[in-house]
Amino acid sequence: MSEDTNTLTMDKPVEQSLLDTSVQELIGKPLDRIDGPAKVAGRATYAAEYGFDNLAYGFLVRAPFGFGDVDGLDTEAALALPDVIDVVSDVETFLRNSQQGGETKAPTQGVSRVDYFGQPLALVVAESYEAARDAAAAVRVRHSAGVGEWDFDGRLDEATTPPPSQIKPKTEQGDVEQGLTDAAFTIDATYATPSQNSAAMELHGSIATWDAEGKLTLYGALQMPASDRLQLADALGLKADQVRIVAKYVGGGFGSKLGIAPESVAAAVASKKLGRPVKVVMTRHQVFEATVRRSNTRQRVRLGADANGRLTTVSHENHVSNLPDEDYFEPVGVSTHFLYPGENRRVTHEQVVMNWTLAGSMRAPGEAVGMFAIEGAMDELAEQIGIDPVELRLRNEPEQDPEKKVPYSSRHLSQCLREGAERFGWSERSATPATRREGEWFVGMGVATATRTNMLQKSSARITLTPSGTALVETDMTDIGTGTYTILAQIAGELLGLPLDKVEVRLGDTDAPPGAGSGGSWGAGSSGTSVYLAAEQLRTQLAKAMDCDAEELTLKDGQAIARNHSRPLSELVGTGMSAVGTVRPGKAEKQSNQASYGAHFCEVRVNATTGEVRVSRWLSTVAAGRILNEKTARSQVIGGVTFGIGAALTEELVHDPRDGRIVNNDLAEYHVPVNADIPPLEVVFLPERDHWANPLHAKGLGELGISGAGAAVAAAIYNACGVRVRDFPITLDKLLPGLPPV
Amino acid sequence: MHFQINGQHHEADPDIRTTLLDLLREHLGLTGSKKGCDHGQCGACTVLVNGRRINSCLALAVMHQDDEITTIEGLGTPDELHPLQAAFVRHDGYQCGYCTPGQICSAKGMMDEVEKGWPSYVTAELDETGELTRDEVSERMSGNICRCAAYPNIVDAIQEVWEARA
Amino acid sequence: MKSFAFAQADTPETAVAEGVAAGRFIAGGTNLIDLMKLQVETPAKLVDISRLDLSDIEESEDGGLLIGALVPNSDLAADPRVRERYPVLSRALLAGASGQLRNKATTGGNLLQRTRCYYFYDVDARCNKRVPGSGCDGREGFNRILAVLGTSEACIATHPSDMAVAMRALDAVVVTLGHDGDRRRIPLSDFYRLPGDTPHLETVLRPGELITHVALPAPPAGRSTYRKVRDRASYAFALVSVAATVAIEDGRISAAQLAFGGLGSQPWRDPAVEAALVGHAPGDAAFNAAADALLAEAKGFGHNDFKIPLARRTLIAVLRELTETEA
Repeated sequence: MSEDTNTLTMDKPVEQSLLDTSVQELIGKPLDRIDGPAKVAGRATYAAEYGFDNLAYGFLVRAPFGFGDVDGLDTEAALALPDVIDVVSDVETFLRNSQQGGETKAPTQGVSRVDYFGQPLALVVAESYEAARDAAAAVRVRHSAGVGEWDFDGRLDEATTPPPSQIKPKTEQGDVEQGLTDAAFTIDATYATPSQNSAAMELHGSIATWDAEGKLTLYGALQMPASDRLQLADALGLKADQVRIVAKYVGGGFGSKLGIAPESVAAAVASKKLGRPVKVVMTRHQVFEATVRRSNTRQRVRLGADANGRLTTVSHENHVSNLPDEDYFEPVGVSTHFLYPGENRRVTHEQVVMNWTLAGSMRAPGEAVGMFAIEGAMDELAEQIGIDPVELRLRNEPEQDPEKKVPYSSRHLSQCLREGAERFGWSERSATPATRREGEWFVGMGVATATRTNMLQKSSARITLTPSGTALVETDMTDIGTGTYTILAQIAGELLGLPLDKVEVRLGDTDAPPGAGSGGSWGAGSSGTSVYLAAEQLRTQLAKAMDCDAEELTLKDGQAIARNHSRPLSELVGTGMSAVGTVRPGKAEKQSNQASYGAHFCEVRVNATTGEVRVSRWLSTVAAGRILNEKTARSQVIGGVTFGIGAALTEELVHDPRDGRIVNNDLAEYHVPVNADIPPLEVVFLPERDHWANPLHAKGLGELGISGAGAAVAAAIYNACGVRVRDFPITLDKLLPGLPPV
Repeated sequence: MHFQINGQHHEADPDIRTTLLDLLREHLGLTGSKKGCDHGQCGACTVLVNGRRINSCLALAVMHQDDEITTIEGLGTPDELHPLQAAFVRHDGYQCGYCTPGQICSAKGMMDEVEKGWPSYVTAELDETGELTRDEVSERMSGNICRCAAYPNIVDAIQEVWEARA
Repeated sequence: MKSFAFAQADTPETAVAEGVAAGRFIAGGTNLIDLMKLQVETPAKLVDISRLDLSDIEESEDGGLLIGALVPNSDLAADPRVRERYPVLSRALLAGASGQLRNKATTGGNLLQRTRCYYFYDVDARCNKRVPGSGCDGREGFNRILAVLGTSEACIATHPSDMAVAMRALDAVVVTLGHDGDRRRIPLSDFYRLPGDTPHLETVLRPGELITHVALPAPPAGRSTYRKVRDRASYAFALVSVAATVAIEDGRISAAQLAFGGLGSQPWRDPAVEAALVGHAPGDAAFNAAADALLAEAKGFGHNDFKIPLARRTLIAVLRELTETEA
């Protein structure tokens, strides 16, 4: 069987997409997920669900203090319990912190030092889960506790500038102070958002097994197997090819499973030591305490506008937090760089070192929290100027990226705002707050812009055409609920002329070509393009077999058609035909500014007595390039919006000021939205193609929904009841002082 | 211990502390029921015990030896989906799929509760029950958290099945 | 979870005999198993009472209902007699937890629900309720959900139940069986203890004493409601809740029974609140007097200060709703 490769580096726009000339008609349709029947029937297998003979169960032991040194573990009581096998603690190798996404090195290791409350220290292994859990509680941790850094607000003056990571920590252009002095209208407001947790429904878990040759297979709840494999290998002192990761189904991630978490290494170490498979599933409390949080933020926004409401000055100064020795910072101002015009610009990030659980990526790092402040300030500015907040945004549509002076690859924000306003009935909104009341409820409307940077990651996929005329797509890409299985099948089927049931997609196994992984809304664009490229190569091979040029070839319903001549693929592929497609980011991302855009329109009801808030109507208009599957795309957007509603109204990790512990470390008290919190959410996709992004002409939208959504809620609350809250979440206690007396 | 699950008899020898959920997942290979919190705070573990939906994570296996237990595997198979399962696929009432078996078992139990005329917190008049409005579905399904947030689609799926059977 | 001896009881009498020595009764288990997993509760022995014949709701001679301790919350809420005669109880039950939990949680067990205080739940925190004498991390810690009424130096935890709030308003009586065969009828007003120096002692139940029934007296006259204020629209504990029945005769409030959740160390009822209402014309003067009476001794601890104005506002809104003339 021949295997060819097809590699594309995105150095320039791809003007022609094969998706526009192919005829299988799979792209864009609201098709059901191909993995759906397995999921709804309970047959989709997640990390902790693989069965093994002789499986042992591990349970992590927690640091019961917030900072200091471990002097030793008293394990006698634990080991004396029935069915307990061992207490495994490799203090050098065990992970102190989880790893950030995409890193290729091991995360911070070493657990003799404790940097945050709940840090895993050891693994109790037993014949049963019940025995391991009980014995973990019986391990006594001898320790010397010190006083850590647990007062964020008190440490703002000690903040330091972190090294560049996703974006530069500080940029400056023009003269911000002068711009504000000269402005006809100015806003100077400080916003705050708390630590948050992704709270994916599947707990972080790993099953580790070693074969006779010393190769580790880890069944893990991981979003990016290709880099997770490198992290795990590095942590264990192995070569990459000595590690295989399997993650065929992942029960949500939202950033929390981008990198490896402490249970993975603990399972691997214990499995090696005991010579049997070991399963470690973190408890929900452990997931809250010892995986990753989104950093809290403190954001000062200053805007200056001229007499016409045109922005001259945009300043966004941010404080965020992370553990000692961790470089990642929440890129709060990522969209501030390009969203609105203004010749005077400042975007800064300062890191406050805290002894709190690792800060890392959570859905739309940067935009998800930064847009609370920028969009909140825009709402405040519109009010000050006395113009409609939609109109203010329309007046501030830049012609190009105001900092990099490059064109937008595609940007239909104005259309999203106009179309959304029209459909939502925005003209019914009263500009004066607290003027619409229905019984005990104030009713108000809010709007906010949505934007999320579009990214491309290196990604590979193999497609094999089998002698029976079916296609097999293989990559270690994951589907964390995003619809990857389905859209990859659609792309392969579309380009190879196969109905969906003739395409099999195998994901989440590092034995397959390395994919982009799921994160940063890059999955569809990156992984989809790799499949596109593999299919393109196969089309060339098929054309050769048909003795025609690829451009002359039409593929439909398993038939190859060219020059009035039709043959089934099964006849053309011989013993099989295979190709690997690989896409790499290139100059295109520097020569253009790529982002998805949208507009959120929200109606809320605020109870005048109690301050309870209910979101009652919602519309998001979205322009994100080509929509590959209207059904899964819509789900991505409503999922993101719901995250935004949660962030606006309820979600807050509370750190105890005395030891940094996460006080509300369960789903009873970390309040993610429930069904009753969410009304029908309407999503409208505007037609768009983005030639700079990739040959699919599609941009990411998994994180667009959350970006700006919370700001729309906050604006609607202000419009409803006249109380402006800048300290999220907007729980009722923050509204009460501003509500009228009963 | 002996159990009756999805119409089949099972024998197992779990620890006395084993929950019904861990019995299913770790002893019987029935991993369709999910563990999302292990404390009755998410609903991913929902199964039907004697037709009633419960959180299997907060049930000791030893106490359910004489009960009829139905899990997601007992409702339908990928090739022969229960109407609720099929409706969840049609309406994209899921994303990652992890909470989904619990949602579907919960929906099954919930619809039976409505048929019995049980009111909910949002039922306007306690003696006037039986309508399954959006608000009713949302309130009654609020014990099943979906972090991917397919809530509106879940409501659509359930309402479709409800209307089809009425 | 620590291992435990397990016994199944066939009759209340054997249950009590089994339970008297370090045993804990388990029926629904929705709170007990939750706490055992975290080793907040570590009973040496569990006595399974779930198969006892205590699942009926019977009419009693005084015009009330006798509710078996094992009646699940769902069934109690849905019982036509409860819906018709004690709607405040149906509403309170339906406001609690989730459909799944209500299907399993029982009437007796719900009365014995333990606090949701974060520090009670974390075995690596100090908690006088969990470990007597160890201290209280809640008082100086994050206390947003904790109590403002009936607190002590040792403990500021709230009782989390919705059902018990309605029961308290309805003058429910707890019927028990003791290990000596004694049956007791304990008014709910005497059932819970204030925390004082012994917050680990939450009720007046004796070792091995089994709740067999809860008796509701004949339903009160008037209109009733249960209003729950919480952080999400559903599936969250009360920040403040009010169970209220109010009757009006000749333009004056003739009877009022009010109890409160989320505020107190126990389902809270204060005769002074009702005294401020009964005999008075419905109106803001009386409602404010009732709120003043309720909150006279209220003490916030920082994060939970908002509960005091929230309780006042909610109470007044509830009283207005119940006393407004029908359209």
